[in-house]
Amino acid sequence: MNDNNPAADEPGVTRAGRIVLAHGGGGELTRRLLAERILPKLANDLLAPLADSAVIDPPPGRLCMTTDAFVVQPLEFAGGDIGRLAVCGTVNDLAVMGAKPLALSLALVLEEGLDLDVLDRVMDSIAAAAAEAGVVVATGDTKVVEYHGAGGMTITTAGIAALPADMPPDAKTITAGDAVLVSGMIAEHGLAVMTARKGLGIRTTLVSDVAPLGGLVNAMLAAGGRVKFMRDPTRGGLAGLLTDLSEQIGRNIEIDEQAVPLSPAARHASELLGLDPLTVANEGKVVAVVAAADAEKVLAACRSHPLGRAAVIVGRIGQASDWPLVELLTAAGGRRIVQRPYGEELPRIC
Amino acid sequence: MCLAVPGRIIEMLGGGSDGEAAVGPVATVDFQGSRVEVSLAMSPEASVGQWVLVHAGFAIAVLDEDEARQTWEYLQASGIGEMPEQLKAGSDGGK
Amino acid sequence: MSVAASNENLRQLVSAVADAAAGARDMALMEICGTHTVCLFRSGVKSLMPTNVRLISGPGCPVCVTSCGYLDAACELAARKDVIIATYGDMVRVPGRTDSLEAARGRGAAVEVVYSARDAVKLARGNPGRNVVFLAVGFETTTPATAAAVIEAEAAGLKNLFILPGHKVLMPALEALLSADDSAIDGFLCPGHVSVILGAAAYRPIAQKYRKPCVVVGFEPANMLEGIGRLVRQVAASQAKVENAYGVAVTEGGNAQARAMIERVFEPAATEWRAMGSIPASGLALRGCYARFDARAKFGIEFGPDYEPPGCRCGEVIQGRIEPTACGLFGVKCSPTTPVGPCMVSSEGTCAAWYKYNRRSR
Repeated sequence: MNDNNPAADEPGVTRAGRIVLAHGGGGELTRRLLAERILPKLANDLLAPLADSAVIDPPPGRLCMTTDAFVVQPLEFAGGDIGRLAVCGTVNDLAVMGAKPLALSLALVLEEGLDLDVLDRVMDSIAAAAAEAGVVVATGDTKVVEYHGAGGMTITTAGIAALPADMPPDAKTITAGDAVLVSGMIAEHGLAVMTARKGLGIRTTLVSDVAPLGGLVNAMLAAGGRVKFMRDPTRGGLAGLLTDLSEQIGRNIEIDEQAVPLSPAARHASELLGLDPLTVANEGKVVAVVAAADAEKVLAACRSHPLGRAAVIVGRIGQASDWPLVELLTAAGGRRIVQRPYGEELPRIC
Repeated sequence: MCLAVPGRIIEMLGGGSDGEAAVGPVATVDFQGSRVEVSLAMSPEASVGQWVLVHAGFAIAVLDEDEARQTWEYLQASGIGEMPEQLKAGSDGGK
Repeated sequence: MSVAASNENLRQLVSAVADAAAGARDMALMEICGTHTVCLFRSGVKSLMPTNVRLISGPGCPVCVTSCGYLDAACELAARKDVIIATYGDMVRVPGRTDSLEAARGRGAAVEVVYSARDAVKLARGNPGRNVVFLAVGFETTTPATAAAVIEAEAAGLKNLFILPGHKVLMPALEALLSADDSAIDGFLCPGHVSVILGAAAYRPIAQKYRKPCVVVGFEPANMLEGIGRLVRQVAASQAKVENAYGVAVTEGGNAQARAMIERVFEPAATEWRAMGSIPASGLALRGCYARFDARAKFGIEFGPDYEPPGCRCGEVIQGRIEPTACGLFGVKCSPTTPVGPCMVSSEGTCAAWYKYNRRSR
């Protein structure tokens, strides 16, 4: 059904400006798409042979591998786009393991009708983010699907990284009194994306925090403190991450509401949408658990990095429990449980 | 059902941003950096610079400057908000 | 105000509640606003109450009190290819007897979440070939917005906007709660934003008739604590006055313009409250001159009967008779991911709030 298919005639944008099915056919159009719009932006030695597989020469020791699919809508939002998100998302999954990224794969699924200008901007973002992260795209794939109202593009990335012998941090060493650190303001990415959706009619100054975290993680590890756990609070936000952690280690976690770094703009946008900022996604933040005695040292190291200036200790690890809870000490002096959000957090009116 | 947030009218938009007839004036309201188009159907007397309480796209009450300051004091007392510059005592945020 | 000063202020307000309650009998204070239910939990105020002050949640969640019949009708409409359902977010996951809008959307139905009733009008304008049905639910804070949308659609001559009427009126429900034989409510925390529309004076008749104090309260922790303090003091002194602790937004007379809009478009009708049965004059039907906007007439559908799943005690929870933990399904068969009744599905439902913010053991 082609009711809203942008590949149908639209004033101002000719068919020549959009992806068509033939772009994925493996023939001349495919070759031209790759040669003109994709490969030049990714150029690097690993990719250059354009063989069926990339050959990587790994350093000695173990490897880390991760994969992620990106289906964000809209494709472009304040502070980034699906391309930047795809590179940073995968690079960050490797970074929080304490690993050094070696290479990424990049699989694009383009929808018939996608504006080629959008594709160009996304490829530029991918190239820029990869350079920022110090990583290359070693291999990739491009497919085109029939229009079905899915938003134009999805991206799947995988990444491999070299894992130092003393990594990843061992969560089994976490004990009561350890500090919980957050590297900066939360909820910005999720809110920036949500408010960019046309239907909501809310214009904000919020900007996604999407960024590669390798440098920040290195700075934190270089401080010489005992970092026992690191993760980036993406889908599910800080609430999802802490709930997972409390269950993993079988311990309560206590968070001070007033310590949680949240900008007034983010607070108000959350209220307007009826969202709990603790559950909103972040794409440029690290949550770490650090031995109590080393907390200030690691915090200072975090703050010395541009991405960690607003870092704060938000709480402490508590006692072991067979029903571990994450509790928030509220501004009013009361307590309430923090839980992972239940699936899709609809923008609430109520 | 009652999420309503105080914001400041920064611009009147005439009869609705898509140009069609509406039940009354429509305005752009600013909430600490977030901007929403809000109908003034329930608060037709509201004007640019005034603080309004907005629920689901409608201004349900006009707050006078003192009341808005009080609302922000509650927010601050609850450790939640930071008073916007325009409301800090002694400063008229300009229009 | 500095953070330290504001914390001190909150501590003083907590002490004031404790002082007011000291030596008084056990009391049950009911709030009738879903947002209060959530705010009291989220802010931790609920955890700070003295042992003789019980805060109970009444039927304040408009989604929770929307009958199965309404939801099933909405799903039936959603299945039509020529219909786009426009709805506030909360309704999407609530189950009717057999279906939900979320499930219908998964099967290809057009279900659009809107922030405002005006967005439904915009949808209708932007989709001239299809019919937009707006799910009109909510209490008096939200009803004027639907009225405005209908008035606007009429002025613009829109032929493809309809509403499925589901708005509720608060006072008849309060009367029903207080006139029940086993009513154990000692006072009401009145909903802040419904009161912006109704005015504080609207509660005088029931305060006088049933001799129960009513305090209008906002949503910030400091304000909620202040309002609770005032209510506790009244109950302890056997008073039955209406007090307004949310004067920044609520006046004695409320918003007459908003009420006029409601009156213009709607008239009272008996309505089914989920798990509470039919309450006279507690709902709103479109007046004759606006009858053409009623989706039921347009599409030839009716609201079916309500349905209470076996073992579900939402009705008792909604009326404040039991706490969620007294229900055998709570946390066992009924959870936010597998909700049985409306109190668990809606994010403002008592059971959902309890489960999310207060569940401290299996």
